[in-house]
Formats: sequence, structure tokens, C-alpha cells
Amino acid sequence: MNKTFSGILAAGALLAVVPWLGLPAFYESFLYLIAHWVILAMSWNILSGYSGYFSFGHGVFYGVGMYATAGLAGKLDWPFLATLPMAVLIPAVLGVLLGAVVFRVKAVRGELFALLTLAVTFVVATIIINTRIDGGPGVYLMSVAVPKFGPSASSSLYLMALTGAVLTALIAYKVQQSKLGVGLSAIHDDEDVAEVMGVPTYGYKLLALALSSGLAGLAGGIHALFVQYVTVGETFNITVPLTVVLMSCLGGSRHWAGPAVGAVLITSMLYFFTAGNNPVLGKALVGVVLIVVILFMPNGVMGYFMKRRAQAAARRSREIEQSLGSVVHAGLTPEAAKAPAAQVPAAEPSGQTLLEARGLSKAFKGVQALSEVDLQVYKGEILGLLGPNGSGKSTFINVVSGHYAATGGTYAFEGRELVGKAAHEVAQSGIARTYQIPRPFMNMTVLENVILSAMFGGAAMSRPRATEEAKRCLEFTGLAHKADSLPDDLNLHQRKFLELARALAARPRLVLLDEVLSGMTPSEIDEAIVLIRRIRDQGATIVFVEHVMRAVMALCDRVAVLNHGKLIAVGPAKQVMSDPQVVSAYLGKPHA
Amino acid sequence: MTLPSLNLLLQSILSGVFIGALYGLIGLGLGLTWGLLRQINLAHFGLVFLAAYLSYQMATVGQIDPLLALLVLPPLFFLFGALMQWVLSKFSITPFNSLLATFGLTVVLESIIQGIWTADFRRLESGYNDLKFKVFGLFVPVPELITFCLAVGIAVAIWAAMRYTDLGKALRAMAEDGPIAAAFGINQKGLSLILAGVCAALAAIAGVCLALTFTLAPSQIFAWVGVVFAAVMLGGLGSPLGPLVAGIIIGVSEAITMAVASPSWAPIVSFSLLIIMLLLRPGKG
Repeated sequence: MNKTFSGILAAGALLAVVPWLGLPAFYESFLYLIAHWVILAMSWNILSGYSGYFSFGHGVFYGVGMYATAGLAGKLDWPFLATLPMAVLIPAVLGVLLGAVVFRVKAVRGELFALLTLAVTFVVATIIINTRIDGGPGVYLMSVAVPKFGPSASSSLYLMALTGAVLTALIAYKVQQSKLGVGLSAIHDDEDVAEVMGVPTYGYKLLALALSSGLAGLAGGIHALFVQYVTVGETFNITVPLTVVLMSCLGGSRHWAGPAVGAVLITSMLYFFTAGNNPVLGKALVGVVLIVVILFMPNGVMGYFMKRRAQAAARRSREIEQSLGSVVHAGLTPEAAKAPAAQVPAAEPSGQTLLEARGLSKAFKGVQALSEVDLQVYKGEILGLLGPNGSGKSTFINVVSGHYAATGGTYAFEGRELVGKAAHEVAQSGIARTYQIPRPFMNMTVLENVILSAMFGGAAMSRPRATEEAKRCLEFTGLAHKADSLPDDLNLHQRKFLELARALAARPRLVLLDEVLSGMTPSEIDEAIVLIRRIRDQGATIVFVEHVMRAVMALCDRVAVLNHGKLIAVGPAKQVMSDPQVVSAYLGKPHA
Repeated sequence: MTLPSLNLLLQSILSGVFIGALYGLIGLGLGLTWGLLRQINLAHFGLVFLAAYLSYQMATVGQIDPLLALLVLPPLFFLFGALMQWVLSKFSITPFNSLLATFGLTVVLESIIQGIWTADFRRLESGYNDLKFKVFGLFVPVPELITFCLAVGIAVAIWAAMRYTDLGKALRAMAEDGPIAAAFGINQKGLSLILAGVCAALAAIAGVCLALTFTLAPSQIFAWVGVVFAAVMLGGLGSPLGPLVAGIIIGVSEAITMAVASPSWAPIVSFSLLIIMLLLRPGKG
């Protein structure tokens, strides 16, 4: 058990003593409210803060949990504690059902997701108020016995909420530390890239939503007993979602503990102002605080501290860069830069087929971007993929990596059919790719970017091993001194090398390189050529989309040329480049 | 479930059209800032209510005709909206954070309203209240008719302005790609001040209409959020006519649901529509 984990438990144990201290009862109800909001805000954060899918529907899960307890205990006379599992389960199932539909629609992200979940809240509320679950007058729980945990009913309620809060904190922390948390934060930054690197985005979002809604239901179940009278109007309104969003943003939604910080701050503020002489003024002050925080601290309290730490790391890396001077200015470590290119043996292509595309096609509405491409990639070779702009090279990579679904044909990798597989399954089977315009996860450090790929890609390493591997890859690409910086701190060519490091860390057997050299200076290109050779010598096969002919001639065992989505030539570079069809594709047809 | 008489049904459809026009009128300013400035301005609702209370105050205390408030309030609100945008533009703010910050502002406005006018319900009493006339057996209340005419007139005027004036074209260019528009010499900052001002002025007009037709309470501010958002999303962000059309569709379908089933089922129509639209026709925002 690590320090944070035992810290949460110790804090919980300490707070559990409060009912026996003989403090006035108001402390218990105040602490109850804090625990209540801590559960709600932290549970919201598990989906929304970690993955960036800001939900305005947290009220629906909270409310359904509340009504599960209210209905079962208040109407069907179940003992209260027996209702809690249902208060967790029913919202969790509802969450999974909702997610199963919503997460399939790619465009429902950001504000649209927030709105959709808000709309679901009102639909569910309307159903509950019009059916026997409520029927209109509300549900009373006056006659429901409060289980005895502490000296009084209010202390028992407090202890239950506290237990819920500790449980939620443990889960929130555990999730963020786990593979799930890493995947969710990649989804937050760039969901498409996360999927291509092997993160099962759909499943992860569903899991996070289930956890989030189940815990919200728990808070609702306990709260039903606390308020003793449950109505639709008080439950399914915009207050719950807005308050939890507010708390998480104030505390910092990227950090597991942020929402708890926000919940404590806002609950205290509301409690003391509304209990004071001027509740209206208190409310106005809460509004003002919110405005000020959003404008001046857009990442919240915890986000502010995290940013300070990242800035310090960036400063350190700049100092290292300066002290190393010009040796590393271009990216490679001294050893890598010294490695003589000529010494690298041109590994003989084995003749074994690694990737085989048969009639692979992709159409965008009317445009046939890829048309019945038959292409074999042999194990151990570097295959150059050439063609004029718009000829289908990038589409080929996007289809093979699973980013686009093929509209026709099939392709097999190591004999396994991959057509129709999700991008993360393609990645896990041993294919990695880079992006022409680098797409690093902007809120992760350079090292974390690479760790993610090692954890989720074909290598599927544990976190410690992935960290080792990531460091090795950064060393290899000359980015070791940038490990703790954020991608914002990298220049274009460093970002391109980060793309390479990410692809390598997955230990792929096939690497798809999409114009890694574009935008580089001639000396940077020389370094990249060395690097690409070395990647192949580590045992990877490379498909290499490139316009820089010098690099193509230096690197490629074979080249394939696409034009208007069709494969027009394939073979050794020299031979293909003199093919009249290829010449005319690039230069046009000669006049007779 | 019993089928209501034809006359009752027509009367409810008419009232649905009227309330839908108000949804559209409130949604107009909200959708324009959302679509063109990428800001989700929850404070729009606070401004609508502030304007409603101000016209209530003018009518009850100052004995001023509520329609005269239409001349006074929009210019004032224009200045306020432009000022708000000027402050916001000092910070680079994401759409989501704009939602949170303007939520804070709404809470402040709500507190101000509650502090001045208390949490009790208030009703603007004016000569228009009970004015109505009968056409083809249907009652047409005058305050609602005024709202409807204003909503249609303003929506069409803004549509025409966006389509035919240079200012409107510049706005659309800015919404599509701000930096490129700026490179072609469009003054982004000035435009956004004007637009934010216009939207706040629209909130003032909607507020006067709200006061003419509804009983006011500070707690009611958030009651309008869901359904107006639905109208804006259905109508299309940044579209001048869309929210009005969508608002009327929602209003009519709610009214029919109320007449055929029961009033408590009404919200399910608009929100189910919204959900279906989001799932089937996404990405148009």
C-alpha cells in the first residue's frame, strides 16, 4: 500500500472520531454535507475530469440512486442498508446503457456531451414524476430506520457519508494511478491518437462512466435518508451538475484530489454564508469567487500547483540544454550522432510477408481515396510509399492503423485479418504509426507520452517496465533531457522525434511513418535517416511515406507508388522511378 | 388519455406557438454568442430576468408603459454586454470555462435580483395583461402576440443583417476562422464587442416580453435553461432563424403533449427531441 492510499485511510479514520468528541450537532451536519459533496464531485471527476467528457448529467445518476433508496426503503419497506447496493447498481447500469449509445457517436464530445447528459436528466425526471416511482407528491422516508453506527442518527448519517467519501477517494486515486487513468487522460488530450496507440477508448469511457454513476448513486442513496423527503424538483435540477462541475474546476479536474479540495471550499463557503446573516450576499460571493477562479486559475487549485511543477522541469531541461551546448542542439545524443551510417548493415528483407493488403479500398462519400490496393510488405524491409499529393498514401496508413474503416478489401498482419478491428486492437497486434503533423498529448510530459505508448501498444508493458522502455526510447531519439517537459516546450523537429519515440516504445513489428522528415532541415534529415535505419535494425519493418527523395533513395529497399488511390508500381527504387507510369504521375504526360 | 376537442387542441397549439416564440427570442442571443464567439453565455438568462425585473419596476413604480422599456433597456444592456465581452477578451477562455464563469455571473445577478425584489413571485400589472381578442373562435392574448411579433421581426432582421451587410459577413467569416479573418483585415475585437452588446440587448428585449407574459421569481432563472438550450441546439448554433423555428416546434409539441397527456409530461418532448438530434445529426454545432 502506498503513502497516498494509507493517507486517505488515515484521514478517514481521524474524521470518524468526530461523533464521539461531543461537539455541537451542527458540526456533524456540516461535515456530512462536505462528505456528500466530496463523493459527488470526485465521482463526477472519474469520467469527466480524467477523460474530458464533461457531463451535466451527474444529477441523473445521483437522483436515480436517491429514488432507488427512496422507493425501496420508503415504499417497499426494505431496510435502508439493503437499498444501498441497488442505489449504486441501478445508476451504474443506467450509465452503461447511456454510454453504450452516446459513446458510439463520435461527434458527441465537449459541449454536446454536456448538453446531451443534461437533457437525459430532464427526460428521466419526467418519467419518474409521471410513474409510480414518484407520481408527483414526492416520497417520504420518515419511517425508515437509520442504521446505528454512531451515538445519534445524524452521526450515523455522517459516518456513512464519510465512508462513502473515503471509498470514492480511494477509487478516484486508484483509477488515476492505473492503466485506466493513463488511458483516460490520453482520451482527454486526443482521443483519436489514444485509440491508435492502443487505448480501448470506448471500453474505458464506459467503465469510467459506470464507476462515476455508481458512486453518485451511493451519495444519492445516503442523501435520501438524510433529507427524508425526496422530490423530483429538488433532485433533478441543474444545481447538482453545476455545483459538481464548479467544485471540480475550482479544485482542479486533472488531479484526483482536486474535486475534494473544491468540494470542501465551496461547501464551507455556502454553509457559512447561508448560515450567517446575509445568505443572499453569500450566494453572490460564491458567484464572484467562481468568476475570479475561472478567469485567473483556469486549471483550478491543484492544476495551478501542477503547472508550477511542470514549469520548473522545463527550466531544468533548458539549463541542461545550455550546459551541453551545441552537441545536442539538433536532437541526437552524442553517441547516436556519432554512429556512422555506413556501418549499419542493410538488413536483407526476408521475403516473408508481414502485411498483406488485398483490394484495400477507402471511399469518402464520392471520393475514392484508396482503390483496390494489393500490396505486400515483407518482414524486415523498409518500404517507401510514394505518390503525388492526394494519391492516398496517408489514407493507406490511416486505414492500416485502423483510424479509418476500409470500405472494401481486406488486410492481414502476420496472417491475422485486421479489417473491421478497432484501432486499439490494431495497435495491440504490433503496428505503430506516427503523424505527419505531430499530435502529442499536450497535458502529459514527454516521458508520459512515451510511457503511454509502451503500456498500451503491442508490447503491453507494466508501468515500471514501460517507464524504463520510455526512457530508453527518449535516449535513443535524443530527447532524454526533455523527459519532464510538456510538448509545448518542444520545437517541431523534437516533436517529430517524440512521434518516433512513441512509435518505438510500443515495440512494434511494423512502423508506419507518415512524412516524418517534412519541415526538417537537411542536417536534421541526416539524423532522422540514421535513426530510421536503427529502428529497422532493432527488428521492425517500416512503411515510409515520404517526399524527400534523398531519404527515400537512401533508406528504402523497395518503393510502392500510388496515384489517384491506385497502386501503379512497386519494386526496387531505381527501377520504379524510371517506370513511365510513375514519371507521368509526377510530371504529367509528355505531348506526343 | 382522452382526445381534447378540436377547438381546445387549436388553442393549445396557438399557445405553444406563443411560448415557442419566447423560447426562440431568449435562445437567439444565446445561440449567436455560442456559435459566433464560442462562448456559452449562461448569464444571458440572468440578463433576461434582470431586464424583466427592471421593466416590472418601471411599470409598477414609475407607471411607465412596459413597451417604453423596450426603448430604454436594450441600449443599456448593449453597453453592459460589450463591457462584459471586453473583460472576457482579456482572458483566453475555453467555451467550457466561459460557461462556468458566466454561471458565476448568473448567480451574482440572481442574488442581486433576490436582494432587491425578494424571492417572492412578482407580476407586472399593465394595461396589456387582460387584452385579448378572438379570431376564428380562438383567443389571442395581446402580450403573447407582441412577444411573437417581436421574436419574428428581430430574428428576420438579424438574419438579413448577417446575410446582406458587410458587418454580418465579417461576423460569419470571423466565426468560421478567426485568425484568417483577422489576416484579411477584420477587426475581431471590435466585432465581438458589438456582437456581445447586441446579444445582451436581445436579452433585454426578451426580458421585457417575459415580464409581459410570465410571473417572475429569481429561482425561475434556471428553469428556462434546459428548454432554451434545446431550442438553440435544435436550431443550430449561430443561426438567427433556427432557434425561433426550433422554439416554436418545441412549444407546439409541448402544448400538444399537455393537451393530450398531462402537463407534467411536457418536458419529455423537447429533451427527447434534443437527444435524438444530438445523436443523429451531430457535429453541426
